[in-house]
Amino acid sequence: MAWFNQLDPTSQFVLLSAAKVVPVAMILLGLVAYTVLAERKICAAMQDRIGPNRAGPFGIWQPISDAVKAFFKEDFTPDHVRKVYFWLAPAIVMIPALLTIAVIPFGSQLGQQKMVIADLNVGVLYTFGIVSLGVYGIVLAGYAANSKYPFMGGIRASAQMISYEIAMGMSVIPVFLMVGDLNLSRVVGSQAGTVAWLPVLPNWTVFQSPMLTLSFAIFLVAAFAETNRLPFDLPEAEQELAGGYNIEYSSIKFALFFMGEYANMIAASAMMVTLFFGGWTLPLFGLDAPATTLFGGLLHIGIFVAKVLVMLVIFIWVRWMWPRFRYDQLMDLGWKRMLPVALANIVVTAAWLWLRA
Amino acid sequence: MEAVFFYLFAAATLLCGFLVIANPVSRNPVTSAMFLVLTIVSLAGLFVLLHAFFLAAVQILVYAGAVMVLFLFVIMLLDLQAEERRSFKKLALAGGGLAVVVIALLARAAVRESPLGTAAPPMVEGSPRALGKLLFTEYLLPFEILSVLLLVAMVGVILLSRKEAK
Repeated sequence: MAWFNQLDPTSQFVLLSAAKVVPVAMILLGLVAYTVLAERKICAAMQDRIGPNRAGPFGIWQPISDAVKAFFKEDFTPDHVRKVYFWLAPAIVMIPALLTIAVIPFGSQLGQQKMVIADLNVGVLYTFGIVSLGVYGIVLAGYAANSKYPFMGGIRASAQMISYEIAMGMSVIPVFLMVGDLNLSRVVGSQAGTVAWLPVLPNWTVFQSPMLTLSFAIFLVAAFAETNRLPFDLPEAEQELAGGYNIEYSSIKFALFFMGEYANMIAASAMMVTLFFGGWTLPLFGLDAPATTLFGGLLHIGIFVAKVLVMLVIFIWVRWMWPRFRYDQLMDLGWKRMLPVALANIVVTAAWLWLRA
Repeated sequence: MEAVFFYLFAAATLLCGFLVIANPVSRNPVTSAMFLVLTIVSLAGLFVLLHAFFLAAVQILVYAGAVMVLFLFVIMLLDLQAEERRSFKKLALAGGGLAVVVIALLARAAVRESPLGTAAPPMVEGSPRALGKLLFTEYLLPFEILSVLLLVAMVGVILLSRKEAK
């Protein structure tokens, strides 16, 4: 490692960041592919079917054959579309989902390195900023298609995502009031040990107080709306809009929308695990302190990924158990129920902290 | 390194800002709005170079993520085909020119007030805690007045969009 120590700090920083970004991006994309397979398998089990089982044992090569198929299908660009936006939109859907992961601490330490790509002081604001850019992809896809149903899907997406972003942003404020920091690594650090009122439960944010449990409930619902998953998948409601914003897309461009949805799900799950379920900590065998050995560091990454997988299964489970909301119900829930509750939650948390101080 | 990024973001801000108002290729309002988003994102990049991470994040969250999405929403709902064909009006051009001159004068006065190189060097990382303290102590009155202003605007919009009771 002598050559590495000779480099100036900027080059060292760039190299180390690249060494983190590349594996994280690869794992994320792999996870996207296999979440699709998991979704198909779980939904098949729920509907008493077998699901994909042709490619390899239990269908484990299915994502690869799907990808090959998507690449080799004809990439058709209809005559009436707005070409520039038509090409840009799928990429704009995918990019924010990948960028969100940058501030999430996915492990404690490997050697001297903190396992987070960018340890920002304003980590959560960064996440919300990037997530709020995700809507452009869908809106532009609807606009680019230049026909009625995709356009309605795009309009629905923009209204829905703005509405639920507000509830989502408000729902996490109690967490940061309690922790006293916007840095996600420190949010994870504050969740070590067991909870004060019942020392069996881990000291995860979601168990710490009723206000924070309510926070999590609002965040979870808003996350479903932000990722356009059932019961809030109105932008692509098949029965009303014949597929919504992505009707005119085919081949790999369509696949990018599809992958974007799953990457967003993974980002939302990672965010929920970090904020509410202790991130990489586990209050057993001293696993809630930063790792000192290589094995401990890898174990922390494993714990984080396992928690994310549990959240993903919940996403999939809800999708196949719930009917879709009507549009006015969606807006009522967002603006008239969740936003006031989230605001009241902030006031109650602040008052409680003030009384306790 | 920082200088390279500064010129990159500054050039992007100016170029995208120019393309918002005078795009030679397209007069499509959606294109203008998208270039405004790019302008805002490049501005956020400049804030990052000043170590004002909080401002950068809020800039993207509020302007690029919320305000501009609403802009886009409205542009798409209104049919603005006529706007694409409309030519410049002489009076509008004169008004725009006047506005540029006034802003240039204001900027010159501002630059004279605080000469280059005398400001405190940027902190390692702009902390939200310090910003919050300032907002709620030294700048409490302007902060509250702004929030009342927003409330007035909100009430006004609700009043305007309310259907008349029959």
